[in-house]
Amino acid sequence: MSSPILETETKPAAAAVVKPLVEAAVETVAEPVAELVEEPLDEFDDLVDLSTDVPSVQATAAAAAESPLVEVEAETPSEEACEDFVDLSGSDSDSSQEETLLEVPADSAAASSDPQDVSTALPPGDVATGSAAHEQPGALLEVDIGQASANGEKQPLSEDLFFDPLANLADAGPPPTAAVKQPAPPPQQQQPPQPPLDLFEDDPNDLFGESRHAKSAKQQPPQPSSLFGEVDEDIFGEPLGAPAAKKAGNMASREQRETTVGTKTSGLGGGGAGAGAGFGDVGGPLNNNYEKEPADIFSEEAVTIAPTAAKAAAAASSSRTNGVHGAAEEGDIFAEATVELSLDSPRADRKKNTTAAKPSTSATTLSSAADLSKTHSASLEEVNSHVCIYIHVHISASTSIHTTLAMFRTKTFTVRRRFSDFLGLYEKLTEKHAPNGFIVPPPPEKSIMGMTKVKVGKEDSSSGEFVERRRAALERYLQRVVCHPSLLQDPDVREFLEKEELPRAVGTQALSGAGFLKMLNKATDAVSKMTIKMNESDVWFEEKLQEVEAADQQFRKLHGMVESLVVHRKELSLNTACFSKSVAMLGSSEDNTALSRALSQLAEVEDKMEQLHQEQASCDSFSFAELIADYIRLLGSVRGSFDHRMKAWQRWQDAQTMLQKKRESEAKLLWANKPDKLQQAKDDIAEWEAKVTQYEGDFDRVSSTVRKEVVRFEKEKVKNFKRQIIKYLEAQLKAQQQVSLCSDGV
Amino acid sequence: VYFTITLSLTRSVSVDLNNDTALIIDIPDALCERDKVKFTVHTKTTLSSFQKPDFSVPRQHEDFIWLHDTLVETEEYAGLIIPPAPPKPDFESPREKMHKLGEGEATMTKEEYTKMKQELEAEYLAVFKKTVQVHEVFLQRLSSHPILSKDRNFHIFLEYDQDLTVRRKNAKEMFGGFFKNMVKTADEVIISGIKEVDDFFEQEKTFLLDYYSKIKDSTIKAEKMTRSHKNVADDYIHISATLSNPPFNTGPVWCRFPQKVEGRVASDQELKLTELLRYYMRDIQAAKDLLYRRARALADYENSNKALDKARLKSRDIPQAEEQQQLCLQKFDKLSESGKRELTSFKGRRVVAFRKNLIEMAELEIKHAKVMLTMIYRCLFDNAYAIMKLALNVVTSRPFP
Repeated sequence: MSSPILETETKPAAAAVVKPLVEAAVETVAEPVAELVEEPLDEFDDLVDLSTDVPSVQATAAAAAESPLVEVEAETPSEEACEDFVDLSGSDSDSSQEETLLEVPADSAAASSDPQDVSTALPPGDVATGSAAHEQPGALLEVDIGQASANGEKQPLSEDLFFDPLANLADAGPPPTAAVKQPAPPPQQQQPPQPPLDLFEDDPNDLFGESRHAKSAKQQPPQPSSLFGEVDEDIFGEPLGAPAAKKAGNMASREQRETTVGTKTSGLGGGGAGAGAGFGDVGGPLNNNYEKEPADIFSEEAVTIAPTAAKAAAAASSSRTNGVHGAAEEGDIFAEATVELSLDSPRADRKKNTTAAKPSTSATTLSSAADLSKTHSASLEEVNSHVCIYIHVHISASTSIHTTLAMFRTKTFTVRRRFSDFLGLYEKLTEKHAPNGFIVPPPPEKSIMGMTKVKVGKEDSSSGEFVERRRAALERYLQRVVCHPSLLQDPDVREFLEKEELPRAVGTQALSGAGFLKMLNKATDAVSKMTIKMNESDVWFEEKLQEVEAADQQFRKLHGMVESLVVHRKELSLNTACFSKSVAMLGSSEDNTALSRALSQLAEVEDKMEQLHQEQASCDSFSFAELIADYIRLLGSVRGSFDHRMKAWQRWQDAQTMLQKKRESEAKLLWANKPDKLQQAKDDIAEWEAKVTQYEGDFDRVSSTVRKEVVRFEKEKVKNFKRQIIKYLEAQLKAQQQVSLCSDGV
Repeated sequence: VYFTITLSLTRSVSVDLNNDTALIIDIPDALCERDKVKFTVHTKTTLSSFQKPDFSVPRQHEDFIWLHDTLVETEEYAGLIIPPAPPKPDFESPREKMHKLGEGEATMTKEEYTKMKQELEAEYLAVFKKTVQVHEVFLQRLSSHPILSKDRNFHIFLEYDQDLTVRRKNAKEMFGGFFKNMVKTADEVIISGIKEVDDFFEQEKTFLLDYYSKIKDSTIKAEKMTRSHKNVADDYIHISATLSNPPFNTGPVWCRFPQKVEGRVASDQELKLTELLRYYMRDIQAAKDLLYRRARALADYENSNKALDKARLKSRDIPQAEEQQQLCLQKFDKLSESGKRELTSFKGRRVVAFRKNLIEMAELEIKHAKVMLTMIYRCLFDNAYAIMKLALNVVTSRPFP
């Protein structure tokens, strides 16, 4: 249910502490049948019910929740932090309980890994623990590193093992699973049970449906069957997986992780439909894990996602489509795309392709964090004296997650794409979605200068840097696309990610006829934008538009500044290098040996400083300037969506005036008493009335999507920015640490 | 713009001086008006040659230059390393920057502007301080020197309580000085061909020549480095100002610290490293001048030898030539002797000063890096803390159906 558990799986050191939890789970699983299971199950059920349905269950569940929760914690007396936490949750008000409950499993695991995590995650804001976080800066970083190293190891995956836990589960309790399948509502039954390979994938579906079912039936007395399902997916899933793997001769931790991911996601499915907040919280850590962020992001992500999730939860009870939507959103967390490329000769490239294929298949469902961390092979090929940058789009989406992702045929696949394909994708997406008010993430701009440099083909550092820069930009672009719930559904996106060969994108050349047409279109758009005077009915939009414009300006300014910072830092590094050489010379001609040594040491230090400055400069430009450039482009498309809204409004207004005219003419005809034409006029009016309502509906729809999109965009923005800035700060931190180390040497 | 600054007596460059309490000189106060800087030179002494034990006089930069020139021109001091004259105060660059800032005021936010202004003021102050200190060091070097401290002109400089009203050099003299320099350089080239009689001086000469070029190079590079460091610091000002504005309310904190730290690193480097190099560049120039004077004396001696030979050949004016030769020899010997002493002490002084300054610089750098580290840590955790608070808000304010 939470990533902290997953984290502990990756960290051998922490595993020992988690043990109590696992053992508790083992007990329940190891016992063949019901009676023993029943007891905790009941409790868990309450717990889960509560977590999914807090808003409606309210008082009774809250009362019930207190005791099971405490008991759960008693079973897993991992650390003091847990107990503190229990106290907290016990004494807390109804509203915060939802949060605390969600935190519970996280807590026990987190307590083992780092108490900070817990303290930051604590919603009631226990200041004492909160401040504790400040006192122990080291732990946070350690976690981060540990994660990274754990992610680094890969082991082959065997599928039967992968499914073992669930299969075990099914064996252990046939009636429950049957029950699970029965109540699954229609939308989740789209995919009937399939060969064992799909078992895992199916189960979550059903479970997902099950959770929803449970939601609808929440007021009914608890049924053992549904209970089991719930328990399985939310809490037991993880421990089940763990002991199963252990039994299997302590199989690779890899699989363990697999299973945890799988079960966790199934839990997510339930969370997504049921408890929005739950989804948010879980999504946070997972995502966090993927991104390999320090643990504190965990809380941050939770915060940022929570509102949407809450909304989804609110809506889920009424509309199914919304449920699907939420699911899609949840899916996006898992769909991480990596884009790779490198410079290689064709032959080497082919070789690399094959070698790269192996690890990727073995890694399959491994969270793409690992993939991300490993820069894969990719190619810059010279074909017929024409240099193209091929980009490997490597998707590793675990299909076990959700139905929406079942649309991908295989779990992992790698395709090669040209830069223009990216542009083509963008064109297609804008054509389709922009009029509806969606914010389509823009791809990086075409840089003729840089490209020519690469084409001219010197293997110098600047072209390598250019390629790397572009790779990173494209990767971010793709990630934005797949993170978008609606865009991910788009067949073009899927095609782009999956299909071996894409038809060559047309009209993406900057200097072609199509490009010219596009420019023309843009010009006319600009003119019409100026002519349309929209009297804004919605204050929100007006404010937002102003905000966006202001933000755009500020971003541009900031970008310029950061660029100059980069330039200056590069200058600094250059000058430092000069100075270091000069000092070295001075040292060599110094006749006092001690001083000479000191000077040469100084030269060395300055040399290192120079490297540091250089690193900082590239860090500035990569993680800061690039990010800002991205956002400048994104803001452009946000504005575009505002424009589209305006256009829709314009259409509506036009239709209304037209209707007015028709009505007037009808009145005239009526007055002139011309019955033959009257009929036609009436038809016209009816037609235009329909149009007006349609356009009005369109406008409303576009407005609401724009609104939703902007909210989403802002949330993403905050999240992204925080992440990047923290990354940046960490880089600076490292740099400064090294500086102090260097200075020590003098 | 008039402003008086009372200076704290931290020295930018520590020159190793013997702490002779007989004559203590400092510049406790200075007044800057346009391009003129008036220093108050304060003297405390136990020497009977002074009328009072404690007195202070107002002096200008030109007076210092006059003192230096008279010392250089005094024949008796040819065998000494005359402390280098303090450089002319240069307030142009900060002033120019201030001007630019005033022009660009419209394009900046208020916060940015005030920050930049503060920064410039700090820079101006630093330049001012530096100038004062350099002048002070010059006087202290003189006062600590056993021979130069007894110089009459020096005493007049310290004691005469009226304005010295040193006549400024007129254009002709300026040109004359330039011409003299040219001649000297040419002469240096000519006499460099003369065979050295003393190994010590031979070595010293090659070393100083080499060292001078290297240290000059280093100084230029160090200046460049500090300048670009300052640029980086300035960039941080802009960025932090922008970041604290509406769309990014999030993180102004983390950007301000780097700026401060980078700025401090830059100014410290400037103070400890660049100034050190600069000062010793000038000092070595002074030492080189000493060597030149000695070499000149040697050349004179050899010339007089030749003249004596000629006179003997012609059997005319032999006593005069002999006298001349004796004189030259004496002068040369004296120069050599005192030169040797001076150069040896100079070497020791240089090494000590370098060591001290380098250690100080390293300490400062470590300090700055540590400050930076703690700042970043704090920013990271502030961030975490803010997120937590935000989470609290979300949790408590979330509407429940």
